[in-house]
Amino acid sequence: MRQVWLWIGGAALFFLALAALAPGILAPGDPLAIHPAQSFRAPSIAHLFGTDESGRDIYIRIIHGTGASLLIGVSATAIGVGLALVFGLLAGLGPRWLDFGTTRFLEVLFAFPGLLLALLFIVVYGPGVVASTIAVGLATAPGYARIIRSRVLVVRRAPYLEAATVLGRGRWFRLWRHLLPNVAGSLFVLVTLGIGQSIVWASSLSYLGLGAVPPAAEWGAMLSAGRTYLTSFWWMTFFPGLFIMISAVATTLVGRGLQERSRHS
Amino acid sequence: MTALVSVRDLAVSFGRTSGRIAVVSGVSFDIEAGQCVAIVGESGSGKSVTARALLGLTGGSVTASQLRFDSTDIADASPRQLQRLRGRDIGFISQGALVALDPLRPVGREIADSLRLHTSLTASQREARVLELLAEVGIPNPILRASQRPDELSGGLRQRAVIASAIALRPRLLIADEPTTALDTTVQSGILDLLERLRDDGAAIVLISHDLAVVSRLASHLIVMKAGRVVESGPTESLLSDPQHPYTRSLIAAVPTGRPRFSRLTGTPAGEPAPVEAASFTQAPVTHEEVLAASGLSRRFGSLLAVDDVTFSLQRGRTLGIVGESGSGKTTLARLVLALERPDSGRVSLLGEPWTGVPESARRARRPRIGAIYQDALSSFDPRWTVGRILADALGSAAGVAELLTSVGLSPELAGRRARYLSGGQQQRVAIARAIAPRPDILVCDEPVSSLDVSVQAQVLDLLDELQRSRGLSYLFITHDLGVVRHMSDDVLVMRQGRVVESGATESVFTAPQQQYTRELIAAAPRLP
Repeated sequence: MRQVWLWIGGAALFFLALAALAPGILAPGDPLAIHPAQSFRAPSIAHLFGTDESGRDIYIRIIHGTGASLLIGVSATAIGVGLALVFGLLAGLGPRWLDFGTTRFLEVLFAFPGLLLALLFIVVYGPGVVASTIAVGLATAPGYARIIRSRVLVVRRAPYLEAATVLGRGRWFRLWRHLLPNVAGSLFVLVTLGIGQSIVWASSLSYLGLGAVPPAAEWGAMLSAGRTYLTSFWWMTFFPGLFIMISAVATTLVGRGLQERSRHS
Repeated sequence: MTALVSVRDLAVSFGRTSGRIAVVSGVSFDIEAGQCVAIVGESGSGKSVTARALLGLTGGSVTASQLRFDSTDIADASPRQLQRLRGRDIGFISQGALVALDPLRPVGREIADSLRLHTSLTASQREARVLELLAEVGIPNPILRASQRPDELSGGLRQRAVIASAIALRPRLLIADEPTTALDTTVQSGILDLLERLRDDGAAIVLISHDLAVVSRLASHLIVMKAGRVVESGPTESLLSDPQHPYTRSLIAAVPTGRPRFSRLTGTPAGEPAPVEAASFTQAPVTHEEVLAASGLSRRFGSLLAVDDVTFSLQRGRTLGIVGESGSGKTTLARLVLALERPDSGRVSLLGEPWTGVPESARRARRPRIGAIYQDALSSFDPRWTVGRILADALGSAAGVAELLTSVGLSPELAGRRARYLSGGQQQRVAIARAIAPRPDILVCDEPVSSLDVSVQAQVLDLLDELQRSRGLSYLFITHDLGVVRHMSDDVLVMRQGRVVESGATESVFTAPQQQYTRELIAAAPRLP
């Protein structure tokens, strides 16, 4: 049963990846082209998801915005995991005082709600796509770091690392060939789950006007632009929101599916 | 006199109707009051499932032409009837004393449970009865122990507490599933004494074990099981002295106690135990070439002196056995010898050169000279690696993997598998293959067969023996099992609380022990009559 959901999630991800890499195939047309005469059209055959206040086709904009939206989510996760690896490995492998210092620092970061941490960062460095990506990465890092640290602590004491020492393997061999792969293996699933979360967060920041700004075809920005017309033209917010949800659910399904599969094998 | 328990044509199967797997079939036996019947077999032979069928606890589908306890038909009993039987009339002592007790409750409360459920004793009467029971099973200081949680008790005390709760209501039948596996020799002996006393008081006992030597002391009747079927059964004495089935013979031959050094424990392909090869050749040749030496080794952890002034010397081609109970410091000693732990004082030299007291970088090039195998082979493998990759890594190339697997008696096809899908014996063979891959001079074997069934243990010991002779290996052989150490070693060190209490040539230590502690250990070791 689980595997069915894995395949559904996988299919959705494949569709999103196709949209991100070759939007022209799925939606030929210009996402920024303005047709004032066709503004606020409801969804129809001509405009699958309707049009916005400038008469731009929302379907075309969503498909063309996939790349930007996913890129923000993926790079934010990469930044988060990258930072977390540094902190987690320092804490897990370093001397006790370093572990103590790093862990306390992470606990301070944990005390802030993630989104608040991201907002703080943007307040200091100003809004923009890059800033919001880094902000989301920073906000998710403490969670990953904690998990990495506890995995490192388990793996570094594993008997197979000692067996490698007995075979005459040096410190770097043990780190690269045994410790890192075994830590990373457990991280993989978490990362797939995390991408969905990052996309939602990045969209939230764009919605608040702190990330991508209109007229860019980014989902969060589109949501933000549609909010003024929420009561009269529902499709302007519904479809970008739907795609944010689809991408988050799809990555989560794939993540859970892989988790399940690795547990059974 | 009619039997207390009567079982005829018991069959247990698991799985849905389509893919049903018969785990046990055609098992029949009777047990009378005051009698102990032992079910012996390897893991997977169906011995535990058979015993659990008496409790209605198999979780599978049970059929039998007769499955009777006293006047109750267990096969037809309602869950409520079974619940009344369990605890009150049938006591169960499970294998894992570690997990059989609730970790969050004091053991006294746990034992009082069955009194609360099945009797009308008041709270203070129950409390008094619990203390009596704890004293009865030989737990010193019962008042203190009753208030402690399981993790505050040693393995032996925990197993005694489990027995106390099983006998709380004086059940007429006691089922003991591997009650002494994983316990030290002297502790095991104490538990067996206790079961013996209960039997003499009139309890019927079903004892389950993979070790013939353990059960032969208590049981008047043996049932040997293999692959879900009874291969042979009969009175203990006649079965041991005149086994009919080749499998029974191989189980008897697998017990290492009292078997001369270099004699095979496993049969030749025909299933017969091989004759002792060259009876005169029961000692490895003395070469006087010292490959490993330790002098005055000590290591302290906090206030605990784990290893205290240990000195020994190991010659090429010979085996030095180190025997002691848990907590005697033998594993710390192994770690010191492998330079995984730094000694507080004393030193180790390897092939005549200093091994401790030099930086790890200076040791690394010489690491291949000394290998190690551990009790838990599986956890010593990187879980992401296949058997082939583990061995190729140890060899330095993938070329010799097939040959290496063959040399430890494994099929080269296993190279593509992951170790966790192999049996315990196969895992230990892979560990041995990895250890001998760099062609070491010395192998440190830390309890290498302690978690294996006796028959598998025999195969692994035979393999170690063969490798020693074909490759001129020297072994530092650490174990708590006196039968194994006597069979495997030329010289022996007896350790207790970090100190060497006695040392010398194995045969003289075993036949004429000088120290009281050594004598106690030897007396406690289970043996075939």
